[in-house]
Amino acid sequence: MRRAWGLGRFRRRYGASPLHLAGHLVVFAIAAFAIDRIASGAGLAKLIVLYAGLVIAHDLIFLPAYSGLDRAARAALARLPAPQSARVPVINHVRAPALISGLLLIIYAPLISGKADAGYLQASGHHLEGYLRNWLMISVVLFLGSGLIYAVRVRRAVVNARV
Amino acid sequence: MTSFLGVLLVPAITVIALTGFISHWAYHPELAGNATIAPGFDIPVLFQFPQSWPSWDYAATQGTHITLGLMTVPLVLAKLWSVIPKLFKWPTVRNLAGMLERLSLLLLVGSVLVEFLTGIFAIEDYSPLGVNFYPVHYYGAWVFGTVFVLHACLKFPVVRRAYRERGALKPLRAGLRETQPEPPGSSELAPVNPADPTISRRGLLAMVGGASLTIFAVQAGQSIGGPFRRLAPMAPRGREFGTGPNDFQVNHTAASAQITPAMTGARWRVTVVGATSVALSRQRLLAMAQATETLTISCTEGWSTTQRWTGVRLVDLARLVGASPGAILRAVSLETVGVNSQASLAAEQWSDQRALLALRVNGAELSPDHGYPARVIVPGAPGLHNTKWVRELRFEAA
Repeated sequence: MRRAWGLGRFRRRYGASPLHLAGHLVVFAIAAFAIDRIASGAGLAKLIVLYAGLVIAHDLIFLPAYSGLDRAARAALARLPAPQSARVPVINHVRAPALISGLLLIIYAPLISGKADAGYLQASGHHLEGYLRNWLMISVVLFLGSGLIYAVRVRRAVVNARV
Repeated sequence: MTSFLGVLLVPAITVIALTGFISHWAYHPELAGNATIAPGFDIPVLFQFPQSWPSWDYAATQGTHITLGLMTVPLVLAKLWSVIPKLFKWPTVRNLAGMLERLSLLLLVGSVLVEFLTGIFAIEDYSPLGVNFYPVHYYGAWVFGTVFVLHACLKFPVVRRAYRERGALKPLRAGLRETQPEPPGSSELAPVNPADPTISRRGLLAMVGGASLTIFAVQAGQSIGGPFRRLAPMAPRGREFGTGPNDFQVNHTAASAQITPAMTGARWRVTVVGATSVALSRQRLLAMAQATETLTISCTEGWSTTQRWTGVRLVDLARLVGASPGAILRAVSLETVGVNSQASLAAEQWSDQRALLALRVNGAELSPDHGYPARVIVPGAPGLHNTKWVRELRFEAA
C-alpha cells in the first residue's frame, strides 16, 4: 500500500515510471562514454558540430526544403487544366521518380559531383568517371517509367468510364 | 504509419549493427597493432569466422552491412519525416521524464545521421570531415545502438496499441480514396486539422520500398562480383578496368603507398622470422612448392572480388623457420605509414592450408598495385589484412 503510494508520487513528480528513468540513465552513461572515446581523437567541439549540425541540417533545412518542393509541385500541377484523367492524380507519378532520383543523388553525391575524386584515385588508381551520366540515365528511365504507368492508368480510367 | 516504419527498421538496424560488429571483430582487434580504435575499453570479441567457412564469409557479411545500410536510408528518412510534427510540439517539455526523452531523441537522430553519413563517405573514399572514420563510426554505433534499443522499448506499447486499435495491416491496404487520417487525439502524431490526403499509406510505402530496391539494383553488384559488377552503375567499385589478369579492383595503389620500383627490384627480400630467420629473394620463393587457391578479397568498404592466387603456403614458410604452431604472424609492408603498413594474423588464419604468400595472380605476375613482389592472402579476413608489398613475416609467440 505504502509502496504504491510512493510509486504514484514518483510518477507524478517525474512523469513516468522508475524504469523509464533507469533506462535513460543507463543509455546516457554508455553514450557519454562512447562520445568521450570519439572526442579523445576528433575533439569535442568538432563532434558537437557534427551531431548538432546534422540534426539541424536535416530537421530545419532538408525536410522543409523537400516539403516546400512538394507543395510547389502540387500547386503547379493544380494550375494545369484538368483533363479527363483528373481522377488519376498525377502528383505521385512525379513524386516517386523524383524521390528515388533525389535519394540516389544524396547517397552518391561525392561520386556524381566528382568531389571524391582525389581519394578515389588514391584508392582505386582511376578517376571518377560516368557517375553523373549513370545517375542522369537512371533518373530519365525512372521518370519515363512512371509516366508510362500514368498513361496506362489514365487509359484504363477512360475505358472504364465509357463502359 | 510511423509504427509500421519503426517495425521495419528494427530488423534492418539489427542486421546492420550485427554485421558491423562482426566486421570489427574480423580485424582480430585483440592482436598487436590490429585495433582500429585507440586502446582502451572495448567490449569483448564475441564472434570470429571459423576457418572452415568459405573464403567469401567476410565478403557476405560486409556486403550485407553496406548494401542493407544504403537500402535503409529511405526508411530512416521516411521515419524522420513521419515524426517531424513532434519537433514543433508545444510546450516541448512538461517534466523531467519528458526532458530526458527529448535529449535521448536528439542523440537518436544525431547518431543515426552521423552513422549513415560517415559510412556513405567512407565507401566513396571521401573524407571532408577531417575525422578518423573508425572511432567516429564505431563508437557512434554504440550511441545509436543503445538509444535505439531504449527508443524501441519505450515505443513498443505505442506500436502495440496502434495495431490493436487500427489493425496491423488494414490502414496499409487502403487505396487513396479510402485513406483516412488518424482521428484527432488518437495519438501524439494525429493531425489536428488534416488536409485531404494526396497519397495513400500503401502508396508511400511503395515509394520507400521502390527506393530501397532501386538502391539494391544499382549497388549490390560490387559485392556479389563476377558479371554482376557491371550491373551496378552507381556502386563506387562497380567497374572492371579491363580483361587482363590484374585488372580487378584495388583498395589502395602502389603510388598512394609510395612504393617505388627501386624498393621492389632485384634487391628486394622478404625476411621470415621464427625460431630461425631467413631472407628470401623472389627467385627463391618461386623455387619453393607453389600452391594455387581461389580466394575472395573483400574490402571493408563493401566490395569484393574473387581471383586465383599462386604462391607459397604460409604454413610452409612457418615450417622453414621453425615457427611454433600457436604463433601470431605479423606481416610488415614496405609501406611505412597508416593502417596498411602491417597486420597481425591469428594462428588459425595463417595455419589455414589456403593461406598464401602470393607471387602471382590469374597466372600472371602480381602488378605493382596488387602488391608485387609478394602479398599475403588469407581467406575470410578484411581486405587490408592481406598485406601488400611484404618485407617481413614475423612469427611471434602469442
